[in-house]
Amino acid sequence: MSIEFIYPEFEVIRNENRCISCRACERQCANDAHSYDKKHNIMRCDESKCVNCQRCVSFCPTKALKIVKSDCTLRENANWSTQTIKEIYRQANSGGVLLSSMGNPNPLPVYWDKILINASQVTNPSIDPLREPMETRVFLGKKPSKVQRSKDGKLDCTLPPQLELSMPVMFSAMSYGSISYNAHKSLALAATELGILYNTGEGGLHEDFYCYGENTVVQVASGRFGVHADYLEAGAAIEIKIGQGAKPGIGGHLPGAKIAGDISRTRMIPEGSDAISPAPHHDIYSIEDLRQLVFSLKEATEYKKPVIVKVAAVHNIAAIASGIARSGADIIAIDGFRGGTGAAPTRIRDHVGIPIELALAAVDQRLRDEGIRNHVSLVVGGSIRSAADVVKAIALGADACYVATAALLALGCHLCRTCQSGKCNWGIATQRPELVKRLNPEAGSKRLIHLMTAWKHEIKEFMGGMGINSVEALRGNRLMLRGIGLTEKELEILGISHAGE
Amino acid sequence: MQTIDAANLDYRAINNALRKAETDYIIEGCCGQRFLAAGMSDKNLIINGIPGNALGAYLNNANITVNANAQDAVGDTMNEGKILIHGNIGDAAGYAMRGGKIYVQGSAGYRAGIHMKAYKEKIPVMIIGGCAGSFLGEYQAGGVIIVLGLHKDGRRIVGNFPCTGMHGGKMFLRDSCEDIHFPRQVTARPAAAEELEEIREYLSEYCLDFGYSVNELLSGPFTVITPDSKNPYQQMYAAN
Repeated sequence: MSIEFIYPEFEVIRNENRCISCRACERQCANDAHSYDKKHNIMRCDESKCVNCQRCVSFCPTKALKIVKSDCTLRENANWSTQTIKEIYRQANSGGVLLSSMGNPNPLPVYWDKILINASQVTNPSIDPLREPMETRVFLGKKPSKVQRSKDGKLDCTLPPQLELSMPVMFSAMSYGSISYNAHKSLALAATELGILYNTGEGGLHEDFYCYGENTVVQVASGRFGVHADYLEAGAAIEIKIGQGAKPGIGGHLPGAKIAGDISRTRMIPEGSDAISPAPHHDIYSIEDLRQLVFSLKEATEYKKPVIVKVAAVHNIAAIASGIARSGADIIAIDGFRGGTGAAPTRIRDHVGIPIELALAAVDQRLRDEGIRNHVSLVVGGSIRSAADVVKAIALGADACYVATAALLALGCHLCRTCQSGKCNWGIATQRPELVKRLNPEAGSKRLIHLMTAWKHEIKEFMGGMGINSVEALRGNRLMLRGIGLTEKELEILGISHAGE
Repeated sequence: MQTIDAANLDYRAINNALRKAETDYIIEGCCGQRFLAAGMSDKNLIINGIPGNALGAYLNNANITVNANAQDAVGDTMNEGKILIHGNIGDAAGYAMRGGKIYVQGSAGYRAGIHMKAYKEKIPVMIIGGCAGSFLGEYQAGGVIIVLGLHKDGRRIVGNFPCTGMHGGKMFLRDSCEDIHFPRQVTARPAAAEELEEIREYLSEYCLDFGYSVNELLSGPFTVITPDSKNPYQQMYAAN
């Protein structure tokens, strides 16, 4: 080999006693890691091509395969980890900016795991959700500051536009282009069935999916791909994407190789041309400019749809959110630094942004202090992994959560973190027809419905345990939370007491 | 032809009136109202006075004539239709425009035609009669931008940093452009006769609208700018 050689990260272990050389693994692997040696009638393997997506493992009929971490190691060094050294080799080999996928995998604190939830004992008894009604519905949008009556004393029930969700969860933005047609269809079908919403991301909306508009958030990002009057009309809400948790402060590039056929038409850019989403919106340099975009969208859709402004969780997020709340936006979405992505520069993904838990607590408190919390709803994402995370987020002050990585896992993703290659063996982050068809939208949507239905049950169990029968009564109810192993400062920002207090 | 007096009306009231109108419309006394005709289709609109920012945003096949200057973000994310300005326009005109035409008699501010797109037969066209400010056609991904430099008053035809990040479409500047600095990833060269034929149709229409002679316009030296690559970021990354 040569100086450029980097030892493969994984080894494919084949149990020769079980392998029947049926070549299923070879057919399943778009990375061509497996091949058939006709002369010897055995399967061979090039582990340098393996990304550990577990597709072959899942589809081997005799369970003959497993993927393990290679034990070929560099000399141990606590300062220079193997990963760091290999990254240097990659850059020395290519001169390229390191590109990774999915959320930040580094061992930084996960505050969700350091927060514990309360339950009723003796007094204020808990509620059994199987016997008693529990309300998980939430309405997102601007809420009036006071009760208004008309001259004849009747209640004025006109409200700004609201989104109704059957549970406090939405599928967050993933563009058509970054994920496949079948992945989008799975999300659209599931959102419709569940009574929640999914999000187009910034790649426009395929014409086949306009029929799911009532359960769709249409996104407007700096590249404005696929944005036109019918698109804005089609959605239940419009989201202005300013930033994304996985890559705050930078834009996106969908490589020209992925801009073909329907993707090109949906984005309205020439085939083969890079789809570049610049880092900033070229017309937004201030809250006043943001207000102009918010109101141009409202004007174009006759004030019938709530406008969401999505930002990444960064330093000073509370002040930023306060500005957004004053821009006329109905909903603020905040994406934490663990949020997933189809591709982001590794260094940005791993080093920019802050945890969503801290951002949410700071924003909710700031908006309350300023008396404008009811002007906006708060939606948070950036690694909401379970019903427990949802409950903790709501108790910290969120109105609802954005979920994407968990939804992709339900669709078959095994978090191999190589979305950028476009060779997703699970048919999700790919545009290759032979791979896309591996994901059946009906089956995929069923798995998403299973997941969300299970979470809904769990949310009800949590609420029942706390003696709370409606999500509305849980929102911002930080008394239901306690920290474990957190510093005074962390507890202060989260606005919670320590366990035992 | 209905007329609406815009004095003392806000943009919401004017747009509501426009939406209800079945016939063509004249807005008199317009004074800075924003978002006029946002997202509208199948209208013919004449504006007397100065419309505010985001005139014809998301315009979906309507015709707008402004008999004065217009402000920022004219035709933002416009889809179809035509906006005719008998004056100057502000910054960020035609941002992410994906179809239709913006014809301006005067000059444009910063960032005109930024991130313009195109798809097959749908080609947006922007013609600026005077000069354009800095960052003209930044990130241009498609479409045609033409600047005529008709009344330059000693200024350069385009400001600093034109075509930065350009990766599609074409730009025509009616000037030899010796004093213009273009970025490395585009090629600027004198336009060939057949390239000028590509834009004759647009220029003829422009001349009809504003009363110029197309042959006279085409006789001037034209520089055409095209991107060297539609994949400017291809070599930038290493999978990790």
